[in-house]
Amino acid sequence: MIGSLQFGWNFLCFAAMQAPQLRPEAASSIAEGVDHLYFALTFITLFFTFVIFSTILFFMVKYRRRAENERPPDTGEHLGLELAWTIIPTLICAGLFVWASSLYFENSRPPSASTEIFVIGKQWMWHIQHPEGVREINELHVPLGVPVKLTMTSEDVIHDFYIPAFRVKKDVLPGRYTSLWFQATKIGTYHLFCAQYCGADHAEMLGWVYVMSPADYEAWLAGGSTSQSMQQAGEAIFNKLGCASCHLSDGTGRGPSLVGIYGKQETLKSGDKRLVDEAFIRQAIVNPNSVALQKYPAIMPTFQGQVNEEQVLQLVAYVKSLASEERKTDAK
Amino acid sequence: MSTATIDVHEAPAGSHVNYLNAKYGVKSWLLTTDHKRIALLYLVSITLMFFVGGFFAVLMRLHLIEPQGALVQPETYNKLFTMHGVIMVFFFLVPSIPATLGNFLVPMMIGARDLAFPRLNLLSWYIYVIGACFTLYAVISGGVDTGWTFYTPYSSSFSHTSVIPTALGVFITGFSSILTGLNFVVTIHKMRAPGLTWFRLPLFIWAIYATSIIFILGTPVIAITLFLLGLERLLHIGIFDPAIGGDPILFQHLFWFYSHPAVYIMILPGMGVMSELVTCFSRKKIFGYSFVAFSSLSIAIISFLVWGHHMFVTGQSIYAGLIFSVLSFMVAIPSAVKVFNWTATLYKGSISYDAPMLYALGFIGLFTMGGLTGLFLASLATDVHLNGTYFIVAHFHYIMVGGAVMAYLGGIHFWWPKITGRLYPDGWARFAALVIFVGFNLTFFPQFMLGYLGMPRRFAVYPAEFQVLNVMSSAGASILGIGYLIPLIYLTWSMRYGPAAGPNPWGAKGLEWTTPSPPPTENFEEIPVVTEDAYDYAHSTVTRG
Repeated sequence: MIGSLQFGWNFLCFAAMQAPQLRPEAASSIAEGVDHLYFALTFITLFFTFVIFSTILFFMVKYRRRAENERPPDTGEHLGLELAWTIIPTLICAGLFVWASSLYFENSRPPSASTEIFVIGKQWMWHIQHPEGVREINELHVPLGVPVKLTMTSEDVIHDFYIPAFRVKKDVLPGRYTSLWFQATKIGTYHLFCAQYCGADHAEMLGWVYVMSPADYEAWLAGGSTSQSMQQAGEAIFNKLGCASCHLSDGTGRGPSLVGIYGKQETLKSGDKRLVDEAFIRQAIVNPNSVALQKYPAIMPTFQGQVNEEQVLQLVAYVKSLASEERKTDAK
Repeated sequence: MSTATIDVHEAPAGSHVNYLNAKYGVKSWLLTTDHKRIALLYLVSITLMFFVGGFFAVLMRLHLIEPQGALVQPETYNKLFTMHGVIMVFFFLVPSIPATLGNFLVPMMIGARDLAFPRLNLLSWYIYVIGACFTLYAVISGGVDTGWTFYTPYSSSFSHTSVIPTALGVFITGFSSILTGLNFVVTIHKMRAPGLTWFRLPLFIWAIYATSIIFILGTPVIAITLFLLGLERLLHIGIFDPAIGGDPILFQHLFWFYSHPAVYIMILPGMGVMSELVTCFSRKKIFGYSFVAFSSLSIAIISFLVWGHHMFVTGQSIYAGLIFSVLSFMVAIPSAVKVFNWTATLYKGSISYDAPMLYALGFIGLFTMGGLTGLFLASLATDVHLNGTYFIVAHFHYIMVGGAVMAYLGGIHFWWPKITGRLYPDGWARFAALVIFVGFNLTFFPQFMLGYLGMPRRFAVYPAEFQVLNVMSSAGASILGIGYLIPLIYLTWSMRYGPAAGPNPWGAKGLEWTTPSPPPTENFEEIPVVTEDAYDYAHSTVTRG
């Protein structure tokens, strides 16, 4: 009995998922799972709408007023029915909650070995930078079958990075980093939309995502007209702004050494402990006093206005690279 | 409900002294403290705003017939959807049923001569009008383009349009809501007729009571939020814009803390109307009175705890997302309970198909669709894909237009004979209900599909593959627009030419139907004494007349 229900259910979902007009192309590792839930919800909606509508129509015909002086007797209250139609929807909702949340949980956490790409939203275009240094505008090239993690921020207002074919979407906020990840499963070209209204040309803030085979992707990266990687660009800014005059690598400077600082817990003046991640480094650059470390004087000037979000990301990439250099020396 | 002594005169409308002919002249209207006249002042003002907002919607749909935009520049389109949203939400939907039908009916249903604070009631209307004037000024002075949600930092630091006049208009109008809510709460607590206990109240009163609580608790928050927005925009105090030290997400928390409960401000009174219509036209006591009553209150309470479901993709923590998701599922349950109870009320009834009942049935269908599609958005995994797309637009229009506006029209048609003392042509009214139902579904059903296919909302231009569904939606919108004009015409016509209505043309229970139509200024010659439950049709001898 349950087996045949299960079969019927799967058949329905499978049939719906074959219909080309009902869903966008499914080109990421999470798309099929999201679609499955979506069609389950659709069937629940259609089923209950049908049940309620047909009940009403049936009653309307069966109990239509036949004489003006009709006085139908009370049918009274029915506690059992009330409980039934409170508890059954509650159970259905509980099931949906568990299904949707566990799927979301899985979909939210990027695998640890993800390729990182950086996105900056700006009225009304997308700037994208690969760690190797290749930059693109309103285009995102990604390799097939490799988890890609996007770290995103905005230069101005709130935008939203949305790739329908991947079923992923995340707001892109000024002043902080958000991230999303996906693993493309189908070679092709897909829409990239801004899904948060951002002003006059919001509807034109779109682009294309190109999913390429890993070999093609490597070739594409190599063919990019770039002279330096993000980390090298960050190092150049670091030197140009004179950061190294305080942040000496041996720890004797007026500011903390940045070697190995990424990924560590540090104690602030307030006594709070904070993890040094991308957001922390960004904050230390644009609003240093808010994250001054306990053992150092809070004398660093702000660099807000002197560096744009892209340069901040390059500085972050450089500081991150200092961490991995230290790990390399540790390993030796 | 049996009442002590109301001797109903079978006189033609207007021949007895009533609230409409007791005094004449503009001054007698603008300085009135009669809740019934104030209800009519509101009715005229919100109808005007409804057609202004509807006009913008029609322009938007016409524009979207072509992928590259058929009518206006993107900047203008952005202003159209913003003004449509602001006007419809703050100046039509929020005041719609409470300020018109609520104002008219709360004293009449509880056997009182007026609201507790009649002058405060008039002040509410003036505040509403002043707020509306600011917003209409914003339209004339070039419009505003932030979206009705006013998201920062776009609204505070980037938009070059009339943000301040619009926000000020909404800010001011909020006080009108607060005062109305306060007035209703005090009235319902203190002025019920002898014998009218809480559990004998018509469910419309329960719904208005729950709505009033949200008015009082929620509206100050939107006022504070818009005030802070004004501070940042005018004085550059960093509250929301990170470039000057603010937090852009804070605005959304504050905004939705009001604006999600506001959804229930719009739908709860509609649910109250539904309980009146379904019982009257099936001549049955409501099935599960206390369940319907308490579901209103639980909706009002839970609605304050679900705001985060608007923010699943803002980068809020996964765990916050889980909490808001489970609470959003919970708020669906009491709504479902209501739908089941209305359906069960029909069982073994004596069902007639008068025009108000057709609106009521339309409501049940559309509201059911709107409620169930809410589950897609409470579900985290699907919300990620659907958030910010046309699916959202379709979902909330099913609730607010398919639900709230349908109930509002049903209520207007139901109480129109009481309000005006005239009958409207029933055939036209049924025809309009059908046109609205068809037009509505044709407009908004394709938008569900557009949403899942990935078309974001607030797009002035769009990729060509979405055109077919957009054209269907635009075609539906023109039918819907005509559907709304038909009642405007025949209801206006009926005020002068409609046949006189007796005191109780539907054979309905409820104290308001024991008075002549239109009622006298003092509503009841003698305060009635209530000795029975609401909707006691089984033991009533009331007939149409």
